[in-house]
Amino acid sequence: MNWWNRPAADTQITHGGRLWLYVLSAIIMLLLVAPTLIVVPMSFSDSQYLEFPPSTWSLRWYEEYLGSTKWMRATATSFQVGLLTMLVATPLGVMAAYALFVSRHRATKAIFLLLITPMIVPVILIAIGTFYAYGRVGMNNTIAGLVLAHSALALPIAIIVVTAGLRSYDLSQEQVARSLGATRTKAFFLITLPQIRFSVITAALLSFLTSFDEVIIAIFVSGGTNATLTKHMFAALRDYIDPTIAAISTIMVILSSALLLSIQFLGPRGSKN
Amino acid sequence: MDRRARAVPGECTGIDSRLKLSFAVTDAPQGTTALPIEIRDLTKRYGSVYALNSVDLDVHSGEFLTLLGPSGSGKTTLLMAIAGFNRPDSGSIRFGEDEVILTPPHKREVGMVFQSYALFPHMNVADNIGFPLKLRGITGSERATRVEEALETVQLSGFGARNIDQLSGGQRQRVALARAFVFGPRILLMDEPLSALDKKLRERMQIELKHLHRKLGVTTVYVTHDQREALTMSDRIAVINDGELIQLDTPEVIYNSPANAFVADFIGESTMLPLKRDDAGALFFRGQKVGDAGADEGKDWTLVVRPERLFFAGAGAETDDQTIVLKGVLREAVFQGESEMALVAIDDGTEVAVRFGTSGRASPAASITGDQVSIGLDRNDVIIIPGEQAA
Repeated sequence: MNWWNRPAADTQITHGGRLWLYVLSAIIMLLLVAPTLIVVPMSFSDSQYLEFPPSTWSLRWYEEYLGSTKWMRATATSFQVGLLTMLVATPLGVMAAYALFVSRHRATKAIFLLLITPMIVPVILIAIGTFYAYGRVGMNNTIAGLVLAHSALALPIAIIVVTAGLRSYDLSQEQVARSLGATRTKAFFLITLPQIRFSVITAALLSFLTSFDEVIIAIFVSGGTNATLTKHMFAALRDYIDPTIAAISTIMVILSSALLLSIQFLGPRGSKN
Repeated sequence: MDRRARAVPGECTGIDSRLKLSFAVTDAPQGTTALPIEIRDLTKRYGSVYALNSVDLDVHSGEFLTLLGPSGSGKTTLLMAIAGFNRPDSGSIRFGEDEVILTPPHKREVGMVFQSYALFPHMNVADNIGFPLKLRGITGSERATRVEEALETVQLSGFGARNIDQLSGGQRQRVALARAFVFGPRILLMDEPLSALDKKLRERMQIELKHLHRKLGVTTVYVTHDQREALTMSDRIAVINDGELIQLDTPEVIYNSPANAFVADFIGESTMLPLKRDDAGALFFRGQKVGDAGADEGKDWTLVVRPERLFFAGAGAETDDQTIVLKGVLREAVFQGESEMALVAIDDGTEVAVRFGTSGRASPAASITGDQVSIGLDRNDVIIIPGEQAA
């Protein structure tokens, strides 16, 4: 028996019979991933311009990026804003998800919708609105302003992730803990939180990525020494195109993939919390 | 803890006991940790629906009291109010001398067992049971000793290091129980703790819980919708329906003298037959006198017959001082293992269920469907309730 005629699953359908499915899946995956991966060879090019496929190879654009104070400052800003966004959005998201999960109030549905609007409204509208609002209170070009705006974007994701985690959690455990002598706060931290920890970690990592990858709001409300990496990249693409962008993109793709993969592997095996 | 005095069933059967107020008071011994619960005028509304409607209930110190009712009757609402998870709109709950209506759950010192067990899956068995001790600052060897004692009490010695997902349903139940009493609570509350177990295990756990209660002597309030479970385990049963306390008494009295049609119908099997009252107050079923309404002026009365209290009388049997005899046609006889159930249509087509043992002596001999049969009811087994039968 060769591979071709062996059953692919319990259904007795052979691999051969599934060939069309494999081909289709491969095409879809290629279309999804190729645009991202095309920057990787481009970043190792020796050319002054973005070139695919590269005619000669070098690491000069990585040296360019790592050696530039401008790029390094932007990178530091992005990390700073990302981490602060994570620290703001995660606790808020956990609190909101918990409250909405526990409460039987009629308004919970409406509040949930309100909290996830930043996900529904086009980001450009949020960016414009934020820009004008910040203009009034002098928060444009500040770290705090950018963190707040990014937190608004990250909050819906954190809420949705944590709500999904709570859904598989039996709330009567918290009631038991309280009957056994724990205050409500203690019951949450000792009983509930340890059991939804993977959702909370996932929410934190996604909050960080939401901020780290974000460009539209950053273009509007960040600037000067507080401009983010993505904003600089956008400006660089517009003003002068050189493969430094490709090098940075490659690094960002690796970082984002590593974070997302770590979420997959950190999670409990078997159960999705 | 020693045995309780129980109301004697024979004293409470029949019409007399319905009119006599039968308070079968248990001489509850004072356990060291047991506390009485005194509930007064407790009301809880959800919108226009009363989950609890002015409930008064006394749970004696050290007693095993069951709240029994259909789903949605308010029994769980009442239990949650005692636990402190549900704040009633008005009324009072006292543990001994202390008013607790505003006391948060964690200060009530009440052990609680939930239907879902609610064990903490991120802790092992010993840490689950040690949790209430840890919260009380009991550490080290004392905690370990008390956890081990609790495990021994529920017959799980040596299970401390196990994970929760390594336990069977019955074992989880025991761990939940041990966790609820290990810190010496004054009151133990249980919300349908056995409903997730299969029938055999459930029946064994009922007996074990009863033993455990006797050993601990802690005041216990138990919620169930299973009337058989309530009859098996309780010192007293509080029958609850539509947020109201319908009847509170020992299992024997509840079964033998139900307060109304709802209780008669909900607990045990029964056939309800309408009675006629004459001017003198005597109550008749089809011209046969079955009882006396006495001074009670009520117009509608119902005869409740339990299938297992009926028997097949001889062909020539007639009603006398001892026995009421009904004649009818055997419609159906169903073999059910430990007993057989016969449906007998008496004259106008009303069907009466008769349950009889499957030993040779008890069966209706050669009766086959369609035969004329006589069924007898001992006058001591007559149950008469006021009002019409339940809809």
